[in-house]
Amino acid sequence: MTAATIIQSLASGLLMGLLYGLIAVGLALIFGLMDVTNFAHGEFLMLAMYGAFFLFAFFAVDPLLAAPLVAAGMFVFGAVIYLLIVRFAMRAKANIGMVQIFTTFGLAILMRGLAQFFFTPDYRSIPTSWLGGKTVSFGGIFLPVPQLVGALISVAAFGALFFFIKKTDFGRALEATREDAGAVALVGIDKNKVFALGWGLGSALVGLAGAVMASFFYIYPDVGASFALIAYVTVALGGFGSVFGAFAGGIIVGLVEASTALILPPSLKSVGIYAVYLLVVFIRPRGLFGSI
Amino acid sequence: MDTTFAQSRRRDLILAIFLAALAAVVPFFVKDVNIQNIMVLTLMWAALSQSWNILSGYCGQISLGHALYFGLGAYTTTLLFTKFGVLPWFGMVAGGTISALIALGLGYPTFRLRGHYFVIATIVIAEIGLLLFHNWDYAGAALGIDVPVRGDSWAKFQFTRSKLPYYYFALVFCCVAWLVTWKLENSKWGFWWRAVKDNPDAAESLGVVVFNSKMGAAAISAFMTAIGGAFYAQYVSYIDPDSVMTFQFSLLMALPAVLGGIGTLWGPVLGAVILIPLTELTRNYLGGSGRGVDLILYGAVIVLISLARPEGLIGLFSRKPASKGVPQ
Repeated sequence: MTAATIIQSLASGLLMGLLYGLIAVGLALIFGLMDVTNFAHGEFLMLAMYGAFFLFAFFAVDPLLAAPLVAAGMFVFGAVIYLLIVRFAMRAKANIGMVQIFTTFGLAILMRGLAQFFFTPDYRSIPTSWLGGKTVSFGGIFLPVPQLVGALISVAAFGALFFFIKKTDFGRALEATREDAGAVALVGIDKNKVFALGWGLGSALVGLAGAVMASFFYIYPDVGASFALIAYVTVALGGFGSVFGAFAGGIIVGLVEASTALILPPSLKSVGIYAVYLLVVFIRPRGLFGSI
Repeated sequence: MDTTFAQSRRRDLILAIFLAALAAVVPFFVKDVNIQNIMVLTLMWAALSQSWNILSGYCGQISLGHALYFGLGAYTTTLLFTKFGVLPWFGMVAGGTISALIALGLGYPTFRLRGHYFVIATIVIAEIGLLLFHNWDYAGAALGIDVPVRGDSWAKFQFTRSKLPYYYFALVFCCVAWLVTWKLENSKWGFWWRAVKDNPDAAESLGVVVFNSKMGAAAISAFMTAIGGAFYAQYVSYIDPDSVMTFQFSLLMALPAVLGGIGTLWGPVLGAVILIPLTELTRNYLGGSGRGVDLILYGAVIVLISLARPEGLIGLFSRKPASKGVPQ
């Protein structure tokens, strides 16, 4: 194992990690806002990937151009899911935690079934795109362009999200509702509206990730499941409720995965991620940056 | 203890004896092998969900990693039988003991975690187990192990010609799991667990040893889950990591209890009786198309029951709230 191989893997790991962060941040945002873990998060990602695929297949829209469209579509989808389903799960008086887990889990199975029904279980891919198949080299380190652009989009999205939460009225309303949902009602903020917009925003972010990933991953109804667990670990590693935690968690997960693949057989690469998660929470039971 | 609580416990026991007797005679009238298969699976999942309910329902430590103990039970029995000729009955107890010890070992660091951090820890620990078994050549790695056919006998717990012996074992397993829960519900442990579930800090201050209560619940729960895994391995006579240790199994153990009524005596049984036939029938009749109709129906039912009956379907049967087992 030469130094070049190590740097090469770590560089790829960093790019993948930034994408993991982008996949996970929607989950972190929704959890931080209302203490709900969306167990259908992976299926939201799957839907977004299909969105990019169909825009390409029917209208020849490149995934890069499709990304904002997919994100907008997912914004609407997320808000509607909140208003139609999640809102009612939050009204449960008995064992509310389990109700939320299993409502969103049922939604995940339902979405997977619908995807199989309407899109068939076939593996799809976007064979030609502006970025697909290209690589760039920085001093002997080769980076695939789609992943590199995806990582840059992730950094930009996190930057925009920070600005949005700190500087805009809606962002402040999000923060306030998260602090005390009862009190914001007193100053005239509609809690349900904020929650719906929060679900929209969280879903739009995973939509962005899905559109970017559609250009270099196979697309099939179960694709979300493998990324969902990584997203939960990413969020928990960074600390539930922390948007910055999801960013940092993503980078750590990407780097750990790449380093594990250097040492252990490739089929065991996830063991490294899981082991690091356990190690972190055994030492810090609230994750790295978590407040709860 | 007031008399109504004692009365309701006696009523539960009488109902259980009646239902068990009813279940014991059903196979004399139902000869269809597919239906018998569904009945075996229903009893098995009812017992497994009952085991899960002890740790997650009564003690409130939501585990979505019980597939680990299920898989350990299946693998221990099968490995001991195929490699050393140890009879499955001993393998079952060995698997249960190993699982209980591992649950205690894992409980030591994980029971300090709360909420989602704990749930995710249980998921990733089971996933690590799954990946290790995938790469463990001695245990057949990803290819798994065939349980060799050595002729029908109770000693080897193998029956190729009839499902009935499996059915009666599953029935006994289900009854034992129910009785253990019934007994524990009214024991010192049962009261500790509910206190830990409701408010661990308050329980601690009142002298409940929270940590030990959780450890006890984990050990009992893991032991019974592994028995179920050992039974399943004998029943299907072929195991590989994906068929006994995936996240799917962890969820299947939790779902009947959640839909039936989490932390209740009858919830897991009721949930399994509704959910397992639904799963199997939709898969048998609608799953063949490969178009996911079974998943659509299954997912929709879970969403609807969760939303319409958050306290579980058991709420339909009792006038009092779901926590009726708790003396006021």
